[in-house]
Amino acid sequence: MIARLIGDAKHVAVGAASPIPAAACELLRAKGRAIRVTRLHKRQGNPFSEGSRELFDLAGQGRIDSFFLGGAQIDGEANINLVRAEGRRFPGSFGSAFLYFTCRTILFREEHSRRVLVPKVEFISAPGWSPPEVQRRGGPVALVTGSALFAWQKDKRRFRLESVHPGHSMDDVRASTGFDFDAERVAETPLPSAEDLALLRSSVARQLACDYPEFARRVWGMESRD
Amino acid sequence: MDAVRALIQRKAKNLRLLGVPVLGMSADLLIGAGCVAEVHSSAVSLGEAGLAPRFSEAVERGEIKVVDYTCPAVHTALQATEKGVPFMPLRGVIGSDLVAGRADWQVAQNPFSPAKDPILLVSAIVPDVALFHARWGDAAGNVWVGRRRELATIAHAARNTYVTVEELRPGDMLEDELLAPGVISGIYVSGIARAEKGAWPLGVVGVYGIDDAHLAAYAAAAKTREGFERYLDEHVWQRKKSSLPA
Repeated sequence: MIARLIGDAKHVAVGAASPIPAAACELLRAKGRAIRVTRLHKRQGNPFSEGSRELFDLAGQGRIDSFFLGGAQIDGEANINLVRAEGRRFPGSFGSAFLYFTCRTILFREEHSRRVLVPKVEFISAPGWSPPEVQRRGGPVALVTGSALFAWQKDKRRFRLESVHPGHSMDDVRASTGFDFDAERVAETPLPSAEDLALLRSSVARQLACDYPEFARRVWGMESRD
Repeated sequence: MDAVRALIQRKAKNLRLLGVPVLGMSADLLIGAGCVAEVHSSAVSLGEAGLAPRFSEAVERGEIKVVDYTCPAVHTALQATEKGVPFMPLRGVIGSDLVAGRADWQVAQNPFSPAKDPILLVSAIVPDVALFHARWGDAAGNVWVGRRRELATIAHAARNTYVTVEELRPGDMLEDELLAPGVISGIYVSGIARAEKGAWPLGVVGVYGIDDAHLAAYAAAAKTREGFERYLDEHVWQRKKSSLPA
């Protein structure tokens, strides 16, 4: 599904905490799509030679089409919070306050609960929308969780439920989402094809194991090789 | 990391850390050991090993002050210092709670735009000290960091730069056309010390990798104050006696 959301982007960057989006990007590459995937977390052979600011310089110029962001909290206006919630401190905003403005952004968070999907975030690391005078090329396009897919409606500043993953119901999603959203003609999320699954479990798994060793161990049972 | 362990052994106090653009295990160790008063960073995390437990607890208990950044704002603030200008503009960020109440950031009108065009201005940052580990130092006082150019940016911006290196080389790396683009000139470097495997449990690309198992063990141990103290005993206080890591 994430691979479908990436659409016809030519250059996608993937951050340190995003092994699942990284797998989606590598799946597209394994299927022969001419897509440039920049994995920021790559331990060896990342594409930058000007240091860690080069990513932001690239994004600032519009040379990165898509990016993924998550959040300790995400609200109904697509604001994201990576700083603090319910008295707990989280790592921090990373590049979100910049990259959300420069890239088509797929919001991604596995946990689908009222704790995460809240009516209003406690801290805005990066805003979901901006007034018209603020220059902004990018912003949210969709929100993917472990239960459902929402599309972002920029004009209405509201999410619309697109599909519910197999094994979950519309009622589950309503009950575990803290913000209000639109829902018409909600489909069931199609499962990945047998061909895609085979690729994910073979060449994609091998690609990711070096950079996300813990994820590869948990999901694919692979041991890291440094 | 050897320099971080040495700072803890010397009981450094009231450090103000700047993450360029983020901080990890070094910061968590220093915070847990009581060396830190303030953290200025886009994030503090242990990467795949998870949250930085000593950082989180210290913030939740109000023991340290945090000034939250977003990555490119750190780079921009240091680049302003590199160029000797008082501030630089940065797109994005407007509408984020990061901007609210900060004296060192301002939203201003783009003076070259006839239309309304607010843009963020970020004040220059001048760190007192840049501290990092690199692969090589040479007899001329230069340091080779390869493509890790953000280390060059910190060195250019800081008043003093201290570097631990895997290896000391004879000669002058700036005279080697292949090495020179990855070199920080000795002009910026205040001191170099050799520390073999000095990044451990982090890695040096091409020399040794990240010790993931150790990082995971640290993340688990440091979840409690007692576990963290045991870690310090074993890996910081005990290590003082031996000269090299296992």
